[in-house]
Amino acid sequence: MDATLIIHTLDLLLALGLVVLAWSLLASRDLFRAVVQFIVFGLLLALVWGRLNAPDVALTEAAIGAGLTGALLLTALSRLGSDGGDAACRYTLRELASTPQVLAVVLLALAVAGWVAFVALGTSPGAGLYHSVHERLSHSGVSHPVTAVLLNFRAYDTLLEVAVLAAAVIGVWSLGRMPLITPLHPPGEVLRLLITLLIPLAVLVAGYLLWAGGHGPGGAFQGGAVLAAAGVLWVLAGGRRISHRHEWQTRVMLILGPEVFCLVAMGMVAFGRHVLEYGSARAGAWILLIEGAALLSIGAILTSLFSGGGPIIDLPKWRVRGYRQRP
Amino acid sequence: MTSSLYLFTGFALFGIGLAATIMVGHWVRKILALNVMGSGVFLVMIALGYRGPGLAADPVLQALVLTGIVVSVCTTALGLWLVTRLRDSADEGSSA
Repeated sequence: MDATLIIHTLDLLLALGLVVLAWSLLASRDLFRAVVQFIVFGLLLALVWGRLNAPDVALTEAAIGAGLTGALLLTALSRLGSDGGDAACRYTLRELASTPQVLAVVLLALAVAGWVAFVALGTSPGAGLYHSVHERLSHSGVSHPVTAVLLNFRAYDTLLEVAVLAAAVIGVWSLGRMPLITPLHPPGEVLRLLITLLIPLAVLVAGYLLWAGGHGPGGAFQGGAVLAAAGVLWVLAGGRRISHRHEWQTRVMLILGPEVFCLVAMGMVAFGRHVLEYGSARAGAWILLIEGAALLSIGAILTSLFSGGGPIIDLPKWRVRGYRQRP
Repeated sequence: MTSSLYLFTGFALFGIGLAATIMVGHWVRKILALNVMGSGVFLVMIALGYRGPGLAADPVLQALVLTGIVVSVCTTALGLWLVTRLRDSADEGSSA
């Protein structure tokens, strides 16, 4: 068989798999099943990113879209119960659409209309800003175009994004004390061994991804996601207790990324440049400094979002369902 | 062909997600639907940035989608904690 034919068949299967999974996870009556399907959906999506030659997105999707979001959803389900904490509202997409076929046809029509609109508007695939980025890549301080866009050309967006991440943690903490995730059992031998092996390895990989971002796929976000995976593992093994004792260190880690980013951005004004204009000579070093701080913060922020609750130790008259209260 | 196929898939995912976000009342399912909708948007963007076999996708769109994925995990986390809080407030209300 022809190689292109095989590739097209695989494309078709991937696309079909995504649509079918999306539909069935939203139509599924069993919430646990829906979440598992969502994790598979994320992994398929990571394959698609790889197929479309977007390795940076694939790395992030595999770590965050499938991994971390899956962990978040599963722990949320264990907190909320199998009905997702909303027993009164059982409806799924299937039960709501009295005639699912009609809904499917409407959706299909919408998709066709959107696709035609894009083609009619002349936004032909591949036009983009690719050439503009490549012309100026040598002035950016890094040789990987995605990192150049994230940390130099559109650094303003990334600065605001890091601020949004920190704001999300403040949002979660402002909800008051939450049932902290404490393991029901002390970690067994296997988990203990895994943790002593995996966490240092994850830190190493995160550091490597940070460095690799200068010249290839990788960077602070991908590295931060790996760091967060280590953090989640640590929380699940009961490491949260240690992080409590070092409460101010947690806070410093959370705010370090936005802080350093802001300082560098404003500091450039002191050199007679514009905000976030690094100048071509030292740009690489500034980007590495910002990324290093952002890496730590993203890891800490995503871990905090997972464990929730805020760094307050005294727990609750509060009802903690399904979790052992701490003495 | 490849780009068009994934562009179309992106629109389909967005449609399914949008329909479910509006129609489904259940909180956790709404969050799942939002994520599916977001994935659809990301897919449209990366499909537009596809430049053919062996060529890296448009870096600007890759950077935007990367940012989007990280932000969407944050909104998911915040949403899930909000649901937890809502559930517990509802429980307190009914037991009092």
